[in-house]
Amino acid sequence: MNKKVNTWNFLVAVIIIYAITGILRPEAIMPSIEFSFNLIIKIVPVFAIIFALMVGFEYFVSEEKIKKYLGASSGKKRWIIAIGAGILSSGPIYAWYPMLGALKKKGVGFGLIAAFIYSRAIKIPLLPIMAYFFGIKYTIVLTVVLIIMSIVQGMIFEKIKF
Amino acid sequence: MNEKLTKSIKKSTRQMIDLLPIFIGIVFLIGLINKLIPTTAYTLIFTKNPFFDSIIGASLGSLLVGSPVISYILGGEFAGQGINLVAVTAFMIAWVTVGVIQFPAESTTLGKKFAFERNILSFAFSIISAIIIVSVVGVI
Repeated sequence: MNKKVNTWNFLVAVIIIYAITGILRPEAIMPSIEFSFNLIIKIVPVFAIIFALMVGFEYFVSEEKIKKYLGASSGKKRWIIAIGAGILSSGPIYAWYPMLGALKKKGVGFGLIAAFIYSRAIKIPLLPIMAYFFGIKYTIVLTVVLIIMSIVQGMIFEKIKF
Repeated sequence: MNEKLTKSIKKSTRQMIDLLPIFIGIVFLIGLINKLIPTTAYTLIFTKNPFFDSIIGASLGSLLVGSPVISYILGGEFAGQGINLVAVTAFMIAWVTVGVIQFPAESTTLGKKFAFERNILSFAFSIISAIIIVSVVGVI
């Protein structure tokens, strides 16, 4: 019950911020709402994909499989899976939280979740754009460093007890 | 439809619906920030001091939300105006790895402790990664 109240509290806080902005800068309200609706339209297909993944995951993946492929005993493979999934995942991170929450409930460790989130900084389709602004050498070094830092962050979270 | 599939759909639907108010809140907050603060205003907060600018860059990246492409374009603008490359890099990394606006959704699904520690660590990592990247690029 508390969790549900908390999720509504945030929305209420945003409505209050809009109300205050409406008094101070009324001209900003309609463009903001329009921008937000356009953003929702863009995000809906991502949510649909994530929802399908969640159902598929719930249906096909058992806790035994999680232990086998993503458990501490699965060695380097689990980092490759987490970071590979992070790099390939598209859409905003907040769309992925329900999926990550479901993974956590199934027994996936915080280390792999942290590595997944950090490795999302690498976007393969966007690398040519980064190379255009900052050069190929910079883009390659950034990609390699971010992969290493994803593992480092994941390993730190594996040591932290929650 | 078999019972297991129905159960999987129901469970996933419930998880999505539980977070719906937070998603809507985040999207509308992003909309407001985007319309209230023009992108040109961001350049003004840098000091041209590499140390402070790295912290400012990471902080700005932590607060803003959007496609990483926008961070590359803004980063390109910052670099063009003489902002230190470590600060620009920290800004672009924090943009994707740290989420102040998304924090309510992250703490609801993964727990407050994890969300807090992950964001703090990612903030520090954005600066550390930026220093490593710029140093390596300068050497090779």
